[in-house]
Amino acid sequence: MKKFLALVQRDLTLVYRNANDAWVVLFFFVIAVTLFPLGIGPDPSVLQQLSGGIIWICALLSAMLSLDGVFQSDFDDGSLDQMILTSYPLELIVLGKCFVHWLTTGFPILLISPVLATMLNMNLDAYTTLLITMLLGTPTISLMGGIGAALVLGSRLSGVLISLIILPLIIPILIFSVAAINASGEGIDTSSAVSLLGALLIISSVFCPWTAAATLRHLTN
Amino acid sequence: MHKFANPARFTKLATKVLPWTSSFAAVCFLFGLYFGIFDSPADYQQGETVRIMYVHVPAAWMSLFTYSLMAAASASFLIWKHSLADIAARSLAPIGAAFTAVTLITGALWGQPMWGTWWVWDARLTSVLVLFFLYLGYMVLVNAFDDPEKGSKAAAVLALIGFVNVPIIKFSVDWWNTLHQPASLSRLDAPAIDISMLAPLLLMALGFKLFLISILIVKMRTILIEKRIQAKQLLKSG
Repeated sequence: MKKFLALVQRDLTLVYRNANDAWVVLFFFVIAVTLFPLGIGPDPSVLQQLSGGIIWICALLSAMLSLDGVFQSDFDDGSLDQMILTSYPLELIVLGKCFVHWLTTGFPILLISPVLATMLNMNLDAYTTLLITMLLGTPTISLMGGIGAALVLGSRLSGVLISLIILPLIIPILIFSVAAINASGEGIDTSSAVSLLGALLIISSVFCPWTAAATLRHLTN
Repeated sequence: MHKFANPARFTKLATKVLPWTSSFAAVCFLFGLYFGIFDSPADYQQGETVRIMYVHVPAAWMSLFTYSLMAAASASFLIWKHSLADIAARSLAPIGAAFTAVTLITGALWGQPMWGTWWVWDARLTSVLVLFFLYLGYMVLVNAFDDPEKGSKAAAVLALIGFVNVPIIKFSVDWWNTLHQPASLSRLDAPAIDISMLAPLLLMALGFKLFLISILIVKMRTILIEKRIQAKQLLKSG
């Protein structure tokens, strides 16, 4: 546990020193959401209907922007090879990196999403569900994205590539989240969609670090 | 299985098998299309458009079957490092993508007269579209590395991860209440389809399968020959 925390602390320090990179993601999220009312017109009732979908789609896209960096800098300077060689389980190292990725991209997006929801005139009853789906969904994106980041390591075009291979796989998160948000806006029970999101998070927190670690071992030799 | 992992042995066997599979595929297509178009009854509800089924349904089966084959080849490549398994998976991806595209296009052509729309976002259609994206993702990833060995490994992992989509497609019509009709054939009791329609459908399905084997052999042989040419050129220049 101590080693795990040390690793998380190291990665957080790295992000803190290059804080610009984390801000860029948040900034992209805000700008992308802002485009929608300008593109489809400012009608409040239309925006209210679309608000959940708009916020979630933009959250997915902003996560894609930052995912290719999860292992990249450690891969470039060789510390990833060292991490693979240490006796400490690579799966936990990957889990720590995904956690840091979530903490520096998914979590800020979660924090600012109610503000943007207000600007999109989201139904007041849906705010809690929005936060719950964000809390369950964004870590799953970081975990699944960890596999994508491991897969494209060392390839050309890694940034675009990761979106192409990971976006189809995280479609269920988008579907269940938006379904839950829309249902709560209409006062319908959301527990089934939220439970499915929770199940996805639990499954991916077990399988994704394992798969990503296996990929890293295979690809880096 | 491992006995056939030798490229030379594979090429020898494949060259013998290919004329048989390709000519049988042609015969199946000929008879299947004849019975399907001219010698089977129109549906009492769907009329003549039901004949789209003889292409749409086998193509849909093949899109899933090809992906399963690709995942199996990827798994055996990751486990036993057979380069032939990698070549098989690489060759299967564009074939499967083509089958999926045929499924989606014929489905749209069938949906327009029957449902009144080219496309609906129901679970079956969406999950098949995701399958198409998975094929494309595999094809992009496998060629994205300067070292082809790395591309093969990364794409093999992706093929295995994407396999979760296959049961979702298969059971999507049972799990969700969709516009797409549920399976009529693979049921425990007798199939809910008359023999006059079943015969051309099965003929077409057999034809598609033989066609897959033939194309796969041609593609794999091409890749093997390309590799040999490359190796010879390297020898010459070195």
